[in-house]
Amino acid sequence: MTLDRNDVESIAHLARIAIDEADIPDYARDLSNILDLVDEMAREDTADVLPLAHPLDAVQRLRPDIVTEEDRRALFQAGAPAVENGLYLVPKVIE
Amino acid sequence: MEWEPVIGLEIHAQLKTRSKIFSGTSTAFGAAPNTQASAVDLGLPGVLPVLNAEAVRMATMLGIAIDAEVAGRSVFARKNYFYPDLPKGYQISQYELPIVARGHLDITLGDGTTKRVGVTRAHLEEDAGKSLHEDFHGMTGIDLNRAGTPLLEIVSEPDLRSAAEAVAYMKRLHALVRYLGICDGNMQEGSFRCDANVSVRPRGREAFGTRAEIKNLNSFRFIERAINHEIERQIDLIEGGGTMIQETRLYDPERDETRPMRTKEEANDYRYFPDPDLLPVEIDRAFIEEVRATLPELPDAKAARFESAYALAAAEAAVLTGSRELADYYETAVEHSGGQAKLCANWVTGELAAALNRSERNIDDCPVGPRALGGLVARIHDGTISGKIAKQVFEAMWAGEGDADAVIESRGLRQVTDSGAIEGMVDEVIAANPEQVEQFRAGRDKVLGFFVGQVMKASGGKANPKQVNELLRKKLAG
Repeated sequence: MTLDRNDVESIAHLARIAIDEADIPDYARDLSNILDLVDEMAREDTADVLPLAHPLDAVQRLRPDIVTEEDRRALFQAGAPAVENGLYLVPKVIE
Repeated sequence: MEWEPVIGLEIHAQLKTRSKIFSGTSTAFGAAPNTQASAVDLGLPGVLPVLNAEAVRMATMLGIAIDAEVAGRSVFARKNYFYPDLPKGYQISQYELPIVARGHLDITLGDGTTKRVGVTRAHLEEDAGKSLHEDFHGMTGIDLNRAGTPLLEIVSEPDLRSAAEAVAYMKRLHALVRYLGICDGNMQEGSFRCDANVSVRPRGREAFGTRAEIKNLNSFRFIERAINHEIERQIDLIEGGGTMIQETRLYDPERDETRPMRTKEEANDYRYFPDPDLLPVEIDRAFIEEVRATLPELPDAKAARFESAYALAAAEAAVLTGSRELADYYETAVEHSGGQAKLCANWVTGELAAALNRSERNIDDCPVGPRALGGLVARIHDGTISGKIAKQVFEAMWAGEGDADAVIESRGLRQVTDSGAIEGMVDEVIAANPEQVEQFRAGRDKVLGFFVGQVMKASGGKANPKQVNELLRKKLAG
């Protein structure tokens, strides 16, 4: 599968990554190579193979339902660019 | 052309855990902004989510209750999108392998028949924070207290065929999660939210039409209105030669309309992939059986028991088991009424329900408790008061004048069963109405009702109506 310039730009936009115009051909080639590899793997018969959800062959540990965290708002908000009345302020988002 | 609506619901139920799904932060509602947002909830670098065992147990409970498959292995995935109330830039959800799949829920339709609605899946995920668009100097305020609250997203099959069916399904599920004790169901606080997928097709055609997703349905009344409105809009559009586009629409309860949300088409490209921070969740048979053993009596089973144990009609039993609170209220009332199950059912579904409606209260903050109502019913049954006087007593109890006995005593409402006293009143009424006596004796039986009314009036409603009837018949016969 070959990605073109538009695909690369759209992927970059979805990921909110700024990319250099000049690098787009390289990205397109690298990403296409990755997809080719995926295609190659897709040709293998995996009917009897359990999909790999995680490289570690282990099971999720569970946590008891207990409140352990304290309020550390002041500390966390010390690093925020803008706060008011305990809220983080961000550029206006409107639907 | 006749059109058939096709509706599927996605319901988000906040699970009633004490702490968040992936962190030990409190989930209590109403705290000051961002005081319940820890490093994990904020998505700060270097933190790892750890799954809350209680959320898994609650999802399992729902799975068992809707007769679904509880997955032996389920996987968390990242749903990627950018919005300021989602600090990590992705929501941890489940995608290809949800914890619950292929269940069903039976709803009762208006005509009394039962319909089985398929539940495609239910998966665990984290809630997002809240965006406040009020004026912050042209900026948006973000409160992340809700971020990371556990949600169970319950997705129905497109099996619903009207707004009324959708509401019936939603109410059924609402009652179920509350019976199970896994969600408080508070729709105002957003604990139980609904999105509806709506499309229409010519009746008889199999293929679905293009659907619209309606968001922001946070009350039973809104969901019915919003869906009906959307069905009409789609029919008008198609019949007017237009073409439906797949889009997300927001319901505006103030204007009673849905309108398109300004979303870019790429917004639905979530690029899901398994979350490398979380391992697959495994649930074994033993755990499922352990959870099954703890399930409370569910609505259907309770309704069946009410029918047989209390000799109630199916419709009555369905109403009384509509919520766990109402069912508990009823059973306590019966217990304190000396076993007057039928009379209690009449009072709970009649006078009590009407009073709750009028004052816009729920059964859990009813001013007349179940013991008090049972006590009132007992006084009707033992003849201390008539059913009519009981309504007066009930109103006084509602107004806080004490229990039935106290009200009957203080207001002097005890039924007059002293035949001498009743006879005196009967004689007076007969003497005062010679014309009606003539009529009765001439064969007009209906006039008896007039006499009964007059005697009851004279007694202030307190005379025993049966005795009044008997005495009048005897005396009027001459």
